[in-house]
Amino acid sequence: MRWRFWMPRQGKSCVFWTRTPRGDVPALPLQVEPQATIAEIKNLFTKTHPQWYPARQSLRLDPKGKSLKDEDILQKLPVGTTATLYFRDLGAQISWVTVFLTEYAGPLFIYLLFYFRVPFLYGHKYDFTSSRHSVVHLACICHSFHYVKRLLETLFVHRFSHGTMPLRNIFKNCTYYWGFAAWMAYYINHPLYTPPTYGAQQVKLALAIFVICQLGNFSIHMALRDLRPAGSKTRKIPYPTKNPFTWLFLLVSCPNYTYEVGSWIGFAIMTQCLPVALFSLVGFTQMTIWAKGKHRSYLKEFRDYPPLRMPIVPFLL
Amino acid sequence: MASSEEDGAPEAGGDREAPRRRRRLGSLATAWLTFYNVAMTAGWLVLAIAMVRFYMEKGTHRGLYKSIQKTLKFFQTFALLEIVHCLIGIVPTSVLVTGVQVSSRIFMVWLVTHSIKPIQNEESVVLFLVSWTVTEITRYSFYTFSLLNHLPYFIKWARYNFFIILYPVGVAGELLTIYAALPYVKKTGMFSIRLPNKYNVSFDYYYFLLITMASYIPLFPQLYFHMLRQRRKVLHGEAVVEKDE
Repeated sequence: MRWRFWMPRQGKSCVFWTRTPRGDVPALPLQVEPQATIAEIKNLFTKTHPQWYPARQSLRLDPKGKSLKDEDILQKLPVGTTATLYFRDLGAQISWVTVFLTEYAGPLFIYLLFYFRVPFLYGHKYDFTSSRHSVVHLACICHSFHYVKRLLETLFVHRFSHGTMPLRNIFKNCTYYWGFAAWMAYYINHPLYTPPTYGAQQVKLALAIFVICQLGNFSIHMALRDLRPAGSKTRKIPYPTKNPFTWLFLLVSCPNYTYEVGSWIGFAIMTQCLPVALFSLVGFTQMTIWAKGKHRSYLKEFRDYPPLRMPIVPFLL
Repeated sequence: MASSEEDGAPEAGGDREAPRRRRRLGSLATAWLTFYNVAMTAGWLVLAIAMVRFYMEKGTHRGLYKSIQKTLKFFQTFALLEIVHCLIGIVPTSVLVTGVQVSSRIFMVWLVTHSIKPIQNEESVVLFLVSWTVTEITRYSFYTFSLLNHLPYFIKWARYNFFIILYPVGVAGELLTIYAALPYVKKTGMFSIRLPNKYNVSFDYYYFLLITMASYIPLFPQLYFHMLRQRRKVLHGEAVVEKDE
Protein backbone atom coordinates (compact mmCIF):
# COMPACT_ATOMS: atom_id res chain seq x y z
CA MET A 1 0.00 0.00 0.00
CA ARG A 2 1.62 3.24 -1.04
CA TRP A 3 0.74 6.48 0.74
CA ARG A 4 0.58 9.81 -0.87
CA PHE A 5 0.05 13.03 0.96
CA TRP A 6 -1.59 16.20 -0.09
CA MET A 7 -2.56 19.42 1.67
CA PRO A 8 -5.84 20.98 0.62
CA ARG A 9 -6.37 24.52 1.85
CA GLN A 10 -9.94 25.33 2.78
CA GLY A 11 -11.55 27.91 0.54
CA LYS A 12 -8.43 28.20 -1.55
CA SER A 13 -6.79 25.94 -4.02
CA CYS A 14 -5.74 22.43 -3.20
CA VAL A 15 -2.10 21.66 -3.61
CA PHE A 16 -1.41 18.00 -4.24
CA TRP A 17 1.92 16.49 -3.46
CA THR A 18 3.06 13.11 -4.60
CA ARG A 19 5.61 11.12 -2.62
CA THR A 20 8.16 9.49 -4.85
CA PRO A 21 11.47 7.76 -3.98
CA ARG A 22 13.16 11.07 -4.75
CA GLY A 23 11.07 13.02 -2.26
CA ASP A 24 7.83 14.97 -2.45
CA VAL A 25 6.89 16.37 -5.82
CA PRO A 26 4.07 18.87 -6.27
CA ALA A 27 1.31 17.78 -8.62
CA LEU A 28 -1.21 20.01 -10.36
CA PRO A 29 -3.07 22.37 -7.99
CA LEU A 30 -6.86 22.00 -7.89
CA GLN A 31 -9.61 24.33 -6.74
CA VAL A 32 -11.68 23.10 -3.80
CA GLU A 33 -14.52 24.90 -1.96
CA PRO A 34 -14.91 24.54 1.81
CA GLN A 35 -18.36 23.03 1.25
CA ALA A 36 -16.95 20.37 -1.05
CA THR A 37 -17.85 16.82 -0.17
CA ILE A 38 -15.36 13.96 -0.04
CA ALA A 39 -17.12 12.52 -3.07
CA GLU A 40 -16.34 15.70 -5.03
CA ILE A 41 -12.71 15.65 -3.91
CA LYS A 42 -12.46 12.03 -5.02
CA ASN A 43 -13.83 12.93 -8.43
CA LEU A 44 -11.31 15.78 -8.74
CA PHE A 45 -8.53 13.43 -7.71
CA THR A 46 -9.57 10.94 -10.38
CA LYS A 47 -9.19 13.64 -13.03
CA THR A 48 -5.47 13.96 -12.33
CA HIS A 49 -4.98 10.29 -11.45
CA PRO A 50 -7.38 8.44 -13.73
CA GLN A 51 -6.19 4.98 -12.69
CA TRP A 52 -7.68 5.60 -9.23
CA TYR A 53 -11.40 5.88 -9.79
CA PRO A 54 -13.41 7.10 -6.76
CA ALA A 55 -14.48 3.63 -5.60
CA ARG A 56 -10.84 2.72 -5.22
CA GLN A 57 -9.92 5.71 -3.08
CA SER A 58 -9.88 5.67 0.66
CA LEU A 59 -9.40 9.15 2.10
CA ARG A 60 -8.79 9.64 5.77
CA LEU A 61 -7.63 12.28 8.23
CA ASP A 62 -5.25 9.88 9.92
CA PRO A 63 -3.27 7.15 8.09
CA LYS A 64 -4.46 4.60 10.63
CA GLY A 65 -7.96 5.99 11.00
CA LYS A 66 -11.27 5.18 9.40
CA SER A 67 -12.13 6.12 5.84
CA LEU A 68 -14.04 9.35 5.39
CA LYS A 69 -17.53 8.97 3.98
CA ASP A 70 -18.45 10.33 0.56
CA GLU A 71 -21.13 12.55 2.11
CA ASP A 72 -18.72 14.24 4.57
CA ILE A 73 -18.23 17.95 3.94
CA LEU A 74 -14.69 19.34 4.11
CA GLN A 75 -15.43 22.32 6.35
CA LYS A 76 -17.35 20.14 8.85
CA LEU A 77 -14.37 17.87 9.39
CA PRO A 78 -12.12 18.40 12.44
CA VAL A 79 -9.38 20.20 10.53
CA GLY A 80 -7.69 23.56 10.91
CA THR A 81 -7.06 26.09 8.16
CA THR A 82 -4.98 23.50 6.36
CA ALA A 83 -6.29 19.98 6.06
CA THR A 84 -4.10 16.96 5.41
CA LEU A 85 -5.83 14.04 3.78
CA TYR A 86 -4.23 10.66 3.46
CA PHE A 87 -4.94 8.52 0.45
CA ARG A 88 -4.97 4.75 0.26
CA ASP A 89 -5.50 2.64 -2.82
CA LEU A 90 -8.12 0.00 -2.06
CA GLY A 91 -7.14 -2.04 -5.09
CA ALA A 92 -9.28 -2.92 -8.07
CA GLN A 93 -12.94 -2.79 -7.14
CA ILE A 94 -15.97 -4.64 -8.40
CA SER A 95 -19.59 -3.79 -7.78
CA TRP A 96 -21.56 -5.75 -5.18
CA VAL A 97 -24.30 -6.38 -7.71
CA THR A 98 -21.85 -7.98 -10.14
CA VAL A 99 -20.38 -10.19 -7.43
CA PHE A 100 -23.78 -11.32 -6.14
CA LEU A 101 -25.10 -12.09 -9.61
CA THR A 102 -22.02 -14.11 -10.51
CA GLU A 103 -21.79 -16.02 -7.27
CA TYR A 104 -25.51 -16.94 -7.33
CA ALA A 105 -25.86 -17.71 -11.04
CA GLY A 106 -23.09 -20.30 -10.72
CA PRO A 107 -24.82 -22.66 -8.24
CA LEU A 108 -28.09 -22.36 -10.14
CA PHE A 109 -26.45 -23.47 -13.36
CA ILE A 110 -24.04 -26.02 -11.87
CA TYR A 111 -26.73 -27.85 -9.91
CA LEU A 112 -28.77 -28.23 -13.08
CA LEU A 113 -25.78 -29.73 -14.89
CA PHE A 114 -25.73 -32.50 -12.29
CA TYR A 115 -29.52 -32.80 -12.18
CA PHE A 116 -29.71 -33.44 -15.92
CA ARG A 117 -26.68 -35.74 -15.64
CA VAL A 118 -24.77 -34.01 -18.35
CA PRO A 119 -21.98 -36.25 -19.81
CA PHE A 120 -18.65 -36.71 -17.97
CA LEU A 121 -20.12 -36.07 -14.53
CA TYR A 122 -21.28 -39.62 -13.90
CA GLY A 123 -20.67 -42.88 -15.75
CA HIS A 124 -21.61 -42.75 -19.45
CA LYS A 125 -24.52 -45.13 -19.08
CA TYR A 126 -26.23 -42.48 -16.90
CA ASP A 127 -25.92 -39.58 -19.35
CA PHE A 128 -29.13 -37.54 -19.48
CA THR A 129 -31.02 -40.07 -17.39
CA SER A 130 -33.41 -39.00 -14.69
CA SER A 131 -33.48 -40.03 -11.01
CA ARG A 132 -36.29 -42.35 -9.96
CA HIS A 133 -36.59 -40.68 -6.55
CA SER A 134 -39.18 -37.92 -6.25
CA VAL A 135 -37.16 -36.20 -3.52
CA VAL A 136 -34.36 -35.58 -6.04
CA HIS A 137 -36.74 -33.64 -8.28
CA LEU A 138 -38.09 -31.74 -5.31
CA ALA A 139 -34.56 -30.91 -4.18
CA CYS A 140 -33.74 -29.49 -7.60
CA ILE A 141 -36.82 -27.28 -7.49
CA CYS A 142 -35.94 -26.04 -3.99
CA HIS A 143 -32.27 -25.39 -4.76
CA SER A 144 -33.08 -23.61 -8.01
CA PHE A 145 -35.85 -21.59 -6.38
CA HIS A 146 -33.45 -20.50 -3.66
CA TYR A 147 -30.89 -19.13 -6.08
CA VAL A 148 -33.45 -17.55 -8.42
CA LYS A 149 -34.85 -15.80 -5.37
CA ARG A 150 -31.37 -14.57 -4.46
CA LEU A 151 -30.76 -13.27 -7.98
CA LEU A 152 -34.08 -11.42 -8.06
CA GLU A 153 -33.45 -9.96 -4.62
CA THR A 154 -30.05 -8.71 -5.76
CA LEU A 155 -31.61 -6.99 -8.73
CA PHE A 156 -34.79 -5.60 -7.14
CA VAL A 157 -34.72 -5.71 -3.38
CA HIS A 158 -31.35 -5.11 -1.77
CA ARG A 159 -30.05 -1.62 -1.10
CA PHE A 160 -26.28 -1.66 -0.66
CA SER A 161 -24.36 0.69 1.65
CA HIS A 162 -21.23 0.26 -0.38
CA GLY A 163 -21.19 0.12 -4.15
CA THR A 164 -18.05 -1.97 -4.49
CA MET A 165 -15.77 -4.52 -2.88
CA PRO A 166 -12.18 -5.60 -3.65
CA LEU A 167 -11.88 -7.56 -6.88
CA ARG A 168 -10.26 -10.60 -5.31
CA ASN A 169 -13.45 -11.25 -3.34
CA ILE A 170 -15.22 -12.46 -6.43
CA PHE A 171 -12.74 -15.31 -6.82
CA LYS A 172 -12.98 -16.27 -3.17
CA ASN A 173 -16.77 -16.09 -3.07
CA CYS A 174 -17.35 -17.92 -6.32
CA THR A 175 -15.01 -20.72 -5.30
CA TYR A 176 -17.02 -21.14 -2.11
CA TYR A 177 -20.50 -21.04 -3.64
CA TRP A 178 -19.73 -22.86 -6.86
CA GLY A 179 -17.53 -25.45 -5.15
CA PHE A 180 -20.11 -26.39 -2.55
CA ALA A 181 -22.93 -26.36 -5.11
CA ALA A 182 -21.05 -28.84 -7.28
CA TRP A 183 -20.16 -31.04 -4.29
CA MET A 184 -23.78 -31.18 -3.04
CA ALA A 185 -25.31 -31.57 -6.48
CA TYR A 186 -22.98 -34.46 -7.29
CA TYR A 187 -24.32 -36.60 -4.47
CA ILE A 188 -27.99 -35.63 -4.56
CA ASN A 189 -28.24 -36.35 -8.27
CA HIS A 190 -26.01 -39.41 -8.18
CA PRO A 191 -27.40 -42.65 -9.63
CA LEU A 192 -26.55 -44.31 -6.30
CA TYR A 193 -28.32 -41.63 -4.21
CA THR A 194 -30.10 -43.04 -1.11
CA PRO A 195 -33.39 -41.28 -0.25
CA PRO A 196 -34.09 -40.16 3.36
CA THR A 197 -34.41 -42.86 6.02
CA TYR A 198 -37.86 -41.77 7.19
CA GLY A 199 -39.25 -41.38 3.69
CA ALA A 200 -42.09 -39.04 2.74
CA GLN A 201 -42.60 -37.90 6.35
CA GLN A 202 -39.05 -36.63 6.56
CA VAL A 203 -39.27 -34.93 3.17
CA LYS A 204 -42.59 -33.23 4.04
CA LEU A 205 -41.25 -31.88 7.31
CA ALA A 206 -38.06 -30.68 5.63
CA LEU A 207 -40.02 -29.01 2.84
CA ALA A 208 -42.17 -27.18 5.39
CA ILE A 209 -39.07 -25.90 7.18
CA PHE A 210 -37.53 -24.87 3.88
CA VAL A 211 -40.60 -23.00 2.61
CA ILE A 212 -41.22 -21.22 5.91
CA CYS A 213 -37.60 -20.10 6.07
CA GLN A 214 -37.55 -18.94 2.46
CA LEU A 215 -40.68 -16.85 3.07
CA GLY A 216 -39.17 -15.61 6.32
CA ASN A 217 -35.89 -14.66 4.69
CA PHE A 218 -37.70 -12.80 1.92
CA SER A 219 -39.92 -10.98 4.42
CA ILE A 220 -36.89 -9.78 6.32
CA HIS A 221 -35.19 -8.57 3.14
CA MET A 222 -38.30 -6.58 2.26
CA ALA A 223 -38.56 -5.18 5.78
CA LEU A 224 -34.90 -4.10 5.71
CA ARG A 225 -35.38 -2.50 2.31
CA ASP A 226 -38.35 -0.52 3.56
CA LEU A 227 -36.23 0.80 6.42
CA ARG A 228 -34.10 2.67 3.97
CA PRO A 229 -35.45 5.08 1.34
CA ALA A 230 -34.16 4.61 -2.23
CA GLY A 231 -30.73 6.16 -2.81
CA SER A 232 -30.10 6.86 0.86
CA LYS A 233 -27.69 5.30 3.29
CA THR A 234 -29.66 5.91 6.48
CA ARG A 235 -29.52 3.41 9.30
CA LYS A 236 -32.45 2.58 11.58
CA ILE A 237 -33.31 -0.14 14.07
CA PRO A 238 -35.46 -2.76 12.32
CA TYR A 239 -38.72 -3.62 14.10
CA PRO A 240 -41.39 -6.31 13.55
CA THR A 241 -44.13 -5.35 11.08
CA LYS A 242 -47.58 -6.77 10.44
CA ASN A 243 -45.94 -9.69 8.62
CA PRO A 244 -45.62 -12.55 11.17
CA PHE A 245 -42.32 -13.62 9.67
CA THR A 246 -40.79 -10.34 10.79
CA TRP A 247 -41.73 -11.01 14.42
CA LEU A 248 -38.40 -12.80 14.70
CA PHE A 249 -36.93 -9.28 14.99
CA LEU A 250 -38.16 -9.40 18.59
CA LEU A 251 -35.58 -12.06 19.34
CA VAL A 252 -32.69 -11.57 16.91
CA SER A 253 -30.85 -8.73 15.18
CA CYS A 254 -30.35 -10.60 11.91
CA PRO A 255 -33.37 -12.84 11.31
CA ASN A 256 -32.49 -12.99 7.63
CA TYR A 257 -29.45 -15.06 8.61
CA THR A 258 -31.51 -17.14 11.02
CA TYR A 259 -33.98 -17.99 8.26
CA GLU A 260 -31.14 -18.66 5.82
CA VAL A 261 -29.57 -21.25 8.12
CA GLY A 262 -33.03 -22.69 8.67
CA SER A 263 -33.55 -23.09 4.93
CA TRP A 264 -30.32 -25.00 4.54
CA ILE A 265 -31.06 -27.20 7.55
CA GLY A 266 -34.38 -27.97 5.89
CA PHE A 267 -32.61 -28.80 2.65
CA ALA A 268 -30.14 -31.03 4.51
CA ILE A 269 -32.94 -32.96 6.17
CA MET A 270 -34.77 -33.23 2.86
CA THR A 271 -31.82 -34.67 0.99
CA GLN A 272 -30.14 -36.43 3.94
CA CYS A 273 -26.84 -35.50 2.38
CA LEU A 274 -23.80 -34.87 4.57
CA PRO A 275 -22.18 -32.29 2.24
CA VAL A 276 -25.36 -30.19 2.54
CA ALA A 277 -25.09 -30.39 6.32
CA LEU A 278 -21.45 -29.30 6.12
CA PHE A 279 -22.37 -26.40 3.83
CA SER A 280 -25.03 -25.37 6.35
CA LEU A 281 -22.48 -25.52 9.14
CA VAL A 282 -19.90 -23.42 7.31
CA GLY A 283 -22.59 -20.92 6.27
CA PHE A 284 -23.86 -20.76 9.84
CA THR A 285 -20.36 -20.04 11.13
CA GLN A 286 -19.84 -17.21 8.66
CA MET A 287 -23.29 -15.73 9.22
CA THR A 288 -22.80 -15.86 12.97
CA ILE A 289 -19.64 -13.79 12.61
CA TRP A 290 -21.51 -11.26 10.46
CA ALA A 291 -24.52 -11.23 12.79
CA LYS A 292 -22.32 -10.61 15.83
CA GLY A 293 -20.63 -7.73 14.03
CA LYS A 294 -23.96 -6.28 12.97
CA HIS A 295 -25.36 -6.68 16.48
CA ARG A 296 -22.34 -4.93 17.96
CA SER A 297 -22.64 -1.98 15.59
CA TYR A 298 -26.37 -1.70 16.32
CA LEU A 299 -25.59 -1.58 20.03
CA LYS A 300 -22.92 1.05 19.47
CA GLU A 301 -25.06 3.22 17.24
CA PHE A 302 -28.41 3.06 19.07
CA ARG A 303 -28.75 3.71 22.80
CA ASP A 304 -32.27 2.33 22.91
CA TYR A 305 -31.52 -0.96 21.18
CA PRO A 306 -33.89 -3.72 22.39
CA PRO A 307 -32.01 -5.70 25.04
CA LEU A 308 -33.80 -9.02 24.46
CA ARG A 309 -32.29 -9.48 21.00
CA MET A 310 -29.45 -11.89 20.30
CA PRO A 311 -27.42 -11.71 17.07
CA ILE A 312 -28.62 -14.81 15.23
CA VAL A 313 -30.08 -17.58 17.43
CA PRO A 314 -32.88 -16.55 19.83
CA PHE A 315 -31.63 -16.51 23.45
CA LEU A 316 -28.44 -18.41 22.61
CA LEU A 317 -26.06 -16.85 20.11
CA MET B 1 -16.58 -14.80 1.59
CA ALA B 2 -18.42 -11.55 0.97
CA SER B 3 -18.42 -9.04 3.79
CA SER B 4 -21.81 -8.37 5.31
CA GLU B 5 -24.05 -6.23 3.14
CA GLU B 6 -24.78 -3.46 5.53
CA ASP B 7 -21.66 -2.94 7.51
CA GLY B 8 -17.98 -2.17 7.41
CA ALA B 9 -15.86 -0.72 4.65
CA PRO B 10 -14.62 -3.64 2.59
CA GLU B 11 -11.02 -2.51 2.48
CA ALA B 12 -8.34 -4.22 0.50
CA GLY B 13 -6.80 -6.66 2.92
CA GLY B 14 -3.24 -6.16 3.94
CA ASP B 15 -1.50 -4.04 6.48
CA ARG B 16 -2.48 -4.74 10.03
CA GLU B 17 -1.56 -1.53 11.62
CA ALA B 18 -2.03 -2.55 15.25
CA PRO B 19 1.23 -1.89 17.03
CA ARG B 20 2.98 -5.05 18.19
CA ARG B 21 3.30 -5.09 21.92
CA ARG B 22 5.60 -7.52 23.65
CA ARG B 23 3.35 -8.89 26.38
CA ARG B 24 5.08 -9.62 29.64
CA LEU B 25 4.47 -13.30 30.29
CA GLY B 26 3.13 -14.27 33.66
CA SER B 27 5.43 -16.43 35.75
CA LEU B 28 3.14 -19.43 35.42
CA ALA B 29 3.16 -19.19 31.62
CA THR B 30 6.94 -18.79 31.60
CA ALA B 31 7.42 -21.77 33.90
CA TRP B 32 5.11 -23.95 31.83
CA LEU B 33 6.65 -22.93 28.50
CA THR B 34 10.15 -23.48 29.85
CA PHE B 35 9.20 -26.94 31.07
CA TYR B 36 7.48 -27.69 27.77
CA ASN B 37 10.42 -26.63 25.62
CA VAL B 38 12.98 -28.42 27.79
CA ALA B 39 10.90 -31.58 27.66
CA MET B 40 10.53 -31.39 23.88
CA THR B 41 14.24 -30.71 23.37
CA ALA B 42 15.01 -33.72 25.50
CA GLY B 43 12.46 -35.87 23.70
CA TRP B 44 13.79 -35.14 20.25
CA LEU B 45 17.36 -35.60 21.50
CA VAL B 46 16.42 -39.02 22.77
CA LEU B 47 14.90 -39.75 19.39
CA ALA B 48 18.04 -38.59 17.60
CA ILE B 49 20.28 -40.71 19.77
CA ALA B 50 18.04 -43.75 19.36
CA MET B 51 18.15 -43.36 15.60
CA VAL B 52 21.94 -43.02 15.53
CA ARG B 53 22.39 -46.02 17.83
CA PHE B 54 20.05 -48.14 15.75
CA TYR B 55 21.96 -47.36 12.59
CA MET B 56 25.31 -47.96 14.28
CA GLU B 57 24.17 -51.34 15.61
CA LYS B 58 22.15 -52.61 12.69
CA GLY B 59 23.83 -50.84 9.78
CA THR B 60 20.50 -50.45 7.97
CA HIS B 61 17.45 -48.25 8.11
CA ARG B 62 15.09 -51.22 7.94
CA GLY B 63 13.26 -51.52 11.23
CA LEU B 64 14.38 -48.01 12.29
CA TYR B 65 10.86 -46.58 12.26
CA LYS B 66 9.51 -49.52 14.24
CA SER B 67 12.12 -49.10 16.92
CA ILE B 68 11.50 -45.38 17.51
CA GLN B 69 7.82 -45.13 16.65
CA LYS B 70 6.49 -44.90 20.22
CA THR B 71 8.81 -42.04 21.14
CA LEU B 72 8.11 -40.26 17.85
CA LYS B 73 4.37 -40.54 18.24
CA PHE B 74 4.47 -39.35 21.84
CA PHE B 75 6.54 -36.23 21.25
CA GLN B 76 5.07 -35.28 17.89
CA THR B 77 1.51 -35.62 19.18
CA PHE B 78 2.39 -33.64 22.30
CA ALA B 79 3.23 -30.75 19.94
CA LEU B 80 -0.50 -30.20 19.46
CA LEU B 81 -0.23 -28.15 22.63
CA GLU B 82 1.57 -25.50 20.62
CA ILE B 83 -1.71 -24.62 18.93
CA VAL B 84 -3.21 -24.06 22.36
CA HIS B 85 -0.25 -21.88 23.32
CA CYS B 86 -0.99 -19.63 20.33
CA LEU B 87 -4.73 -19.63 21.02
CA ILE B 88 -4.32 -18.47 24.61
CA GLY B 89 -1.71 -15.96 23.57
CA ILE B 90 1.31 -17.06 25.54
CA VAL B 91 3.15 -17.58 22.27
CA PRO B 92 2.99 -14.71 19.77
CA THR B 93 2.73 -16.85 16.64
CA SER B 94 -0.29 -17.07 14.35
CA VAL B 95 -2.65 -19.93 15.20
CA LEU B 96 -3.08 -20.66 11.52
CA VAL B 97 0.63 -21.08 10.74
CA THR B 98 1.20 -23.25 13.81
CA GLY B 99 -1.97 -25.20 13.07
CA VAL B 100 -0.89 -25.98 9.53
CA GLN B 101 2.62 -27.03 10.59
CA VAL B 102 1.54 -29.27 13.46
CA SER B 103 -1.34 -30.76 11.45
CA SER B 104 0.95 -31.74 8.63
CA ARG B 105 3.20 -33.52 11.14
CA ILE B 106 0.30 -35.33 12.80
CA PHE B 107 -0.98 -36.30 9.37
CA MET B 108 2.41 -37.73 8.33
CA VAL B 109 2.91 -39.66 11.55
CA TRP B 110 -0.55 -41.06 12.17
CA LEU B 111 -2.36 -41.08 8.85
CA VAL B 112 0.54 -42.15 6.66
CA THR B 113 3.51 -43.76 8.36
CA HIS B 114 1.64 -45.42 11.23
CA SER B 115 -1.36 -46.53 9.17
CA ILE B 116 0.33 -47.73 6.00
CA LYS B 117 2.72 -50.38 7.28
CA PRO B 118 4.34 -51.42 3.98
CA ILE B 119 6.07 -48.04 3.58
CA GLN B 120 7.64 -47.94 7.04
CA ASN B 121 10.98 -49.18 5.74
CA GLU B 122 11.24 -46.72 2.88
CA GLU B 123 14.35 -44.53 2.78
CA SER B 124 12.16 -41.45 2.45
CA VAL B 125 10.92 -42.06 6.00
CA VAL B 126 14.47 -41.73 7.31
CA LEU B 127 14.84 -38.57 5.22
CA PHE B 128 12.01 -36.74 6.92
CA LEU B 129 12.76 -38.23 10.35
CA VAL B 130 16.30 -36.87 10.26
CA SER B 131 15.11 -33.49 9.01
CA TRP B 132 12.40 -33.23 11.67
CA THR B 133 14.75 -34.34 14.44
CA VAL B 134 17.46 -31.79 13.72
CA THR B 135 14.89 -29.03 13.15
CA GLU B 136 13.02 -29.73 16.36
CA ILE B 137 16.09 -30.00 18.56
CA THR B 138 17.29 -26.64 17.25
CA ARG B 139 13.84 -25.04 17.52
CA TYR B 140 13.00 -26.20 21.03
CA SER B 141 16.43 -25.36 22.44
CA PHE B 142 16.07 -21.93 20.82
CA TYR B 143 12.76 -21.40 22.64
CA THR B 144 14.20 -22.76 25.89
CA PHE B 145 17.17 -20.40 25.88
CA SER B 146 15.01 -17.46 24.80
CA LEU B 147 12.72 -18.03 27.75
CA LEU B 148 15.72 -18.18 30.08
CA ASN B 149 16.91 -14.88 28.53
CA HIS B 150 20.25 -16.36 27.66
CA LEU B 151 20.36 -17.22 23.99
CA PRO B 152 23.73 -18.31 22.63
CA TYR B 153 24.18 -16.80 19.18
CA PHE B 154 24.92 -20.13 17.54
CA ILE B 155 21.50 -21.51 18.56
CA LYS B 156 19.83 -18.50 17.02
CA TRP B 157 22.04 -18.89 13.96
CA ALA B 158 21.17 -22.58 13.69
CA ARG B 159 17.45 -21.95 14.11
CA TYR B 160 17.37 -19.42 11.32
CA ASN B 161 19.77 -21.17 8.94
CA PHE B 162 19.36 -24.94 9.23
CA PHE B 163 15.80 -24.76 7.95
CA ILE B 164 17.07 -23.53 4.59
CA ILE B 165 18.27 -27.06 3.86
CA LEU B 166 16.15 -29.05 6.30
CA TYR B 167 12.74 -27.75 5.17
CA PRO B 168 13.11 -28.85 1.55
CA VAL B 169 14.73 -32.13 2.61
CA GLY B 170 11.89 -32.84 5.01
CA VAL B 171 9.27 -31.98 2.39
CA ALA B 172 11.00 -34.28 -0.10
CA GLY B 173 10.95 -37.10 2.44
CA GLU B 174 7.28 -36.54 3.17
CA LEU B 175 6.22 -36.35 -0.45
CA LEU B 176 8.22 -39.44 -1.43
CA THR B 177 6.68 -41.36 1.47
CA ILE B 178 3.14 -40.41 0.49
CA TYR B 179 3.94 -41.29 -3.10
CA ALA B 180 5.21 -44.71 -2.03
CA ALA B 181 2.02 -45.27 -0.06
CA LEU B 182 -0.34 -44.57 -2.95
CA PRO B 183 -0.47 -48.09 -4.46
CA TYR B 184 -1.32 -49.66 -1.09
CA VAL B 185 -4.02 -47.12 -0.41
CA LYS B 186 -5.57 -47.68 -3.81
CA LYS B 187 -5.47 -51.45 -3.45
CA THR B 188 -6.97 -51.64 0.04
CA GLY B 189 -9.38 -48.70 -0.22
CA MET B 190 -8.44 -47.76 3.34
CA PHE B 191 -10.04 -44.79 5.13
CA SER B 192 -12.57 -44.51 2.31
CA ILE B 193 -16.37 -44.35 2.16
CA ARG B 194 -18.11 -45.54 -0.98
CA LEU B 195 -21.55 -44.93 -2.39
CA PRO B 196 -24.31 -45.88 -1.83
CA ASN B 197 -24.69 -45.03 1.85
CA LYS B 198 -27.24 -43.45 4.16
CA TYR B 199 -25.57 -40.03 4.26
CA ASN B 200 -24.94 -39.68 0.56
CA VAL B 201 -21.29 -38.82 0.88
CA SER B 202 -18.11 -40.43 -0.33
CA PHE B 203 -14.45 -40.09 0.51
CA ASP B 204 -11.55 -41.57 -1.35
CA TYR B 205 -8.33 -41.53 0.67
CA TYR B 206 -6.29 -42.16 -2.48
CA TYR B 207 -7.50 -38.92 -4.10
CA PHE B 208 -7.23 -37.16 -0.77
CA LEU B 209 -3.52 -38.07 -0.68
CA LEU B 210 -3.08 -36.83 -4.24
CA ILE B 211 -4.71 -33.51 -3.33
CA THR B 212 -2.57 -33.29 -0.20
CA MET B 213 0.57 -33.79 -2.26
CA ALA B 214 -0.63 -31.07 -4.65
CA SER B 215 -1.32 -28.72 -1.75
CA TYR B 216 2.37 -28.74 -0.85
CA ILE B 217 2.89 -26.64 -3.97
CA PRO B 218 1.15 -23.49 -2.69
CA LEU B 219 1.67 -24.15 1.03
CA PHE B 220 5.34 -25.05 1.29
CA PRO B 221 6.65 -21.84 -0.36
CA GLN B 222 4.49 -19.74 1.94
CA LEU B 223 5.88 -21.40 5.07
CA TYR B 224 9.40 -21.31 3.64
CA PHE B 225 9.25 -17.61 2.79
CA HIS B 226 7.68 -16.89 6.16
CA MET B 227 10.80 -18.42 7.74
CA LEU B 228 13.07 -16.53 5.33
CA ARG B 229 11.38 -13.25 6.27
CA GLN B 230 11.76 -14.07 9.97
CA ARG B 231 15.41 -14.88 9.31
CA ARG B 232 16.04 -11.55 7.63
CA LYS B 233 14.32 -9.70 10.42
CA VAL B 234 16.06 -11.54 13.25
CA LEU B 235 19.56 -12.08 11.89
CA HIS B 236 19.96 -8.97 9.80
CA GLY B 237 18.18 -6.76 12.27
CA GLU B 238 21.16 -7.69 14.45
CA ALA B 239 23.49 -5.60 12.31
CA VAL B 240 21.59 -2.46 13.23
CA VAL B 241 21.14 -3.17 16.93
CA GLU B 242 24.87 -3.29 17.74
CA LYS B 243 26.42 -5.29 20.57
CA ASP B 244 24.20 -4.44 23.46
CA GLU B 245 24.47 -7.67 25.38
